[in-house]
Amino acid sequence: MEKILTTPIPEAEARSLRAGDVFYLSGLLITARDEAHKKTLERGAPIPLEGLAIFHCGPVVQKGDGGWKVVAAGPTTSARMELFEADFLRRFKPRVIVGKGGMGEKTLQALAEVGAVYAHFTGGAGVLAAQAIKRVREVHWLEELGIPEAIWVFEVEKFGPLVVAMDSHGRSLYKELSTQVEKNMETIRARIRGK
Amino acid sequence: MELVEALAEALARASTILPEEVVRALRQARDREEGPARVQLEAILKNVEMAKAGRLPICQDTGTPTFFVRFGVDFPRLRELMAAIPEAVRQTTKAVPLRPNTVHPFTGKNPGDNTGRYIPAVTWEPVLGDSVEIHVLPKGGGSENCCALRMLAPGVGLGGIKEAVVEHVVGCGGLPCPPTVVGVGIGGGADLALKLGKIALLRRLGEPHPEPEVAALEKELFELINASGVGPMGLGGKTTVLAVHVEYAHRHPASLPLGIVIQCWAHRRASVRIARDGAVEIVQ
Repeated sequence: MEKILTTPIPEAEARSLRAGDVFYLSGLLITARDEAHKKTLERGAPIPLEGLAIFHCGPVVQKGDGGWKVVAAGPTTSARMELFEADFLRRFKPRVIVGKGGMGEKTLQALAEVGAVYAHFTGGAGVLAAQAIKRVREVHWLEELGIPEAIWVFEVEKFGPLVVAMDSHGRSLYKELSTQVEKNMETIRARIRGK
Repeated sequence: MELVEALAEALARASTILPEEVVRALRQARDREEGPARVQLEAILKNVEMAKAGRLPICQDTGTPTFFVRFGVDFPRLRELMAAIPEAVRQTTKAVPLRPNTVHPFTGKNPGDNTGRYIPAVTWEPVLGDSVEIHVLPKGGGSENCCALRMLAPGVGLGGIKEAVVEHVVGCGGLPCPPTVVGVGIGGGADLALKLGKIALLRRLGEPHPEPEVAALEKELFELINASGVGPMGLGGKTTVLAVHVEYAHRHPASLPLGIVIQCWAHRRASVRIARDGAVEIVQ
């Protein structure tokens, strides 16, 4: 059975997700990259974010007669948002952060405090993401920040697959994997030096 | 076909259709993976199909348009070609569309058409003859951020090169969107080593270098990196790289430059060949 979470997501539901779980998202997905995080922390969010999902993404969009159309919208590298995400989570309480590549200790700590997860979406799968975006509800700070950095409010249906990579119980797949990779690297170094 | 039209079509194809051998390598990777790694590769393959069917950009990061031109010194339309490259970029940016990705480093202004100072980045290489071959390589920011230069001490030898490449690629983890294609440039100078790494990416995926010593290094690096377990998207698995390509130049006795260029799974490229008589061929 495919698991689908619908926004607004209650804290308890976010806390029930465990690292490694796969799920899909329906409801509101809000893009925020570096500048959007920074500006939101400075002047407040343009819409209430509690229970919603944040997406590290700079989309390709096209303006037509019926408004904005999303052409491609895969995730960007989340590590850059590590500067802001812990404060952002505590202040605005989104329940899901969607990105790629993982985030650090500060974010992991904030996910546990707030009751939220970091979910990985396949990097580069921009068309797959776009087909789940049914409508652009609104866009904020477009003039000031430009297309990739603006805050886009997407209505999504079955957006995914999303892999819970960091949960609210202190588990991070990235941290666990890096221990394993370091062990493998010892063997690899020995192979190189032995030849 | 006009030059602008041919180049625009090549850039559009490169941005929307993944070369067949890259798709094949991704399918093979999917078949040997399980768990989260397989979920990633299935999503990638589904995305690739949808992009091709709808002529949509494979990834929202449509990259910095980068061109490598091998031009015959007797090719008669060079002046026209010079102007056609940025014009093709402007047209394709609107038509596909591509994401406007050129930002002024001081003012933050984005001209909106993927051109700017020194951009599109074009490498001109004169060769004997009267035809021209233009390679288009749109390369995303995530993987470009993972490129590196190491100025090694020549005494470390081939072992030192292997260790530096493996440490770097594995250290990047999921950041460059693995499974990646790695281009390694050895020798030359600092700039040439990196350029050679990029040129290595122009070769058909997995086609070994014609010289056996170089091909052996490619194979060994491929196996060593895939033994790391980083896996698709850095979530663990057997496939961290789809291929490693190596190019080299002679080096200064005191220097061993090593350029490491990483390309994401969306290894997008296309080429245009134009004969003296104007006959155009677009290949991927």
